[in-house]
Amino acid sequence: MSFEKFLFYAFSAVLIFAAVMVITRRNPVHSALYLVLAFFASAGVWLLAEAEFLAIVLVLVYVGAVMVLFLFVVMMLDVDQAAMRAGFIKMLPVGILIGLLIAGEIFMVVGPGTFGLDQVAAPERLPADAQNTAVLGSLLYTVYMYPFEVAAVLLLVAIIAAIGLTHRRRGDATKYIDVAKQVSVRKGEDRVKLVDVPSEEKMELK
Amino acid sequence: METILNFWNWLGENFILAQILIKIMAITLPLMGLVAYFTYAERKIIGHMQVRMGPNRVGFFGYPLWGLGQPIADAVKLMFKEIVIPTGANKFLFLLAPMLTLGPALAAWAVFPFDEGLVLADINAGLLYIIALTSVGVYGVIIAGWASNSKYAFLGAMRSAAQIVSYEIAMGFALVGVLVASGSLNLGDIVMAQQGEGGLFSWFWLPLLPLFVIYFISGVAETNRAPFDVAEGESEIVAGFHVEYSGMAFAVFFLGEYANMILISALTALMFLGGWLSPFPASWVDGVWLLGDGFHWLVLKTLIFGFLYLWFRATFPRYRYDQIMRLGWKVFIPITIVWILVVALMVLGDVLWWA
Repeated sequence: MSFEKFLFYAFSAVLIFAAVMVITRRNPVHSALYLVLAFFASAGVWLLAEAEFLAIVLVLVYVGAVMVLFLFVVMMLDVDQAAMRAGFIKMLPVGILIGLLIAGEIFMVVGPGTFGLDQVAAPERLPADAQNTAVLGSLLYTVYMYPFEVAAVLLLVAIIAAIGLTHRRRGDATKYIDVAKQVSVRKGEDRVKLVDVPSEEKMELK
Repeated sequence: METILNFWNWLGENFILAQILIKIMAITLPLMGLVAYFTYAERKIIGHMQVRMGPNRVGFFGYPLWGLGQPIADAVKLMFKEIVIPTGANKFLFLLAPMLTLGPALAAWAVFPFDEGLVLADINAGLLYIIALTSVGVYGVIIAGWASNSKYAFLGAMRSAAQIVSYEIAMGFALVGVLVASGSLNLGDIVMAQQGEGGLFSWFWLPLLPLFVIYFISGVAETNRAPFDVAEGESEIVAGFHVEYSGMAFAVFFLGEYANMILISALTALMFLGGWLSPFPASWVDGVWLLGDGFHWLVLKTLIFGFLYLWFRATFPRYRYDQIMRLGWKVFIPITIVWILVVALMVLGDVLWWA
């Protein structure tokens, strides 16, 4: 077994282990941390597939940003374990059915009938100085220009919708800081008030 | 000399992992020494700024030597202290957290070029790798806050998470500007793109001035240093995320923090101040000893930013939390977005630096 093959199986094993742990841990924080491990392992697999841009972006976006916010929320949740497990047996058949459906769909797409070395030839190895990022960039901005732009606009709409749904002013009862007002404060006239105080009479010692 | 070189080549051909390990040691050991003496420099410099002496007792062989033995004495003291693990803390995560702070700070040096061709891993996506690793560093703080099972630690972790995620965006955008200007993700190529007849005026700090300032300030915020150190906030939440830590576990957090500071300083020097390039035009100093390009310029530039870190800490009061968020989201991110467009137009228009 070559070293690369060993690495592939090592990363895959870690990935499957972490994925199983994500759905079996009782503590949601542990699940989230195992999901981080799963992302790292799949980044390793992608690196082996010579997709270094995607691998690093996976770590950057999902591990560095998305999962941090996830943990942020999950850590503050007070999850009621009993309520989560209520009706587990009753819902189990539905769950198994949906799981089997998804597994079947995956099998139809990447099963032995459509996938494997006899169906798809192994891609040629890229030279050492191949620029994965540059190749991806030029493809995205030429061949896939319109899908790429549509995806960008969709994301923008999602951002505006998320802000529109959550942003609200809470009426006059809440005090808001007007930063423009704070910043425009001048030291002389706004902060210091000079008052003319008449000096006191000199006390007479008797 | 010949035998050593032959041995080195033989090692590279037969035991490449051993060779890489030696290279890693050659980077990590001086870095750890630098971290130790950075803490000494911090105490000494801030001491003098506040008209104090700073540490001046612990020296070597009975001589005080301006307190030069202080970092070593501190390290020995921390190593022999008990590591207290709080009741109800998650032991595994509690001990993992300090390592998660230090690990990315050291791993990022793998792609850092110290001189032309002098780099451990010369990868194409070096810049992306650096951004990815600096963003992973936040996990140490979050996990430490959660695993400590303490409210103060948890509050510190929450503050830190929100702050680092916010400033990472500005930092990433500033680096996008560098990427546009240099046309490469490889750190060595980024430095070489700054070479020119103008000497120090050819470097990227001038055309990318807003991004340069924003990158360094965001770097200060990313490393949780004053004036952005609300994650620690002694006056409000005791010591923030590391209240429950003691002994070496506590020290590892600080190793990570200082290693991160050195990393940010070195990266700023690399991407905006021309790395190892000499500030004089190449035609002036051709062949002149020490004035030409070389590793010593990189060290000098890094030390300047390291000094700025200490200077900030000695002179600025801590930011209020909502002001930190405002600065990150409403000031830095819009400026970086506008300046990326300006840089792109300058590159397209072949302005001065790209002529």
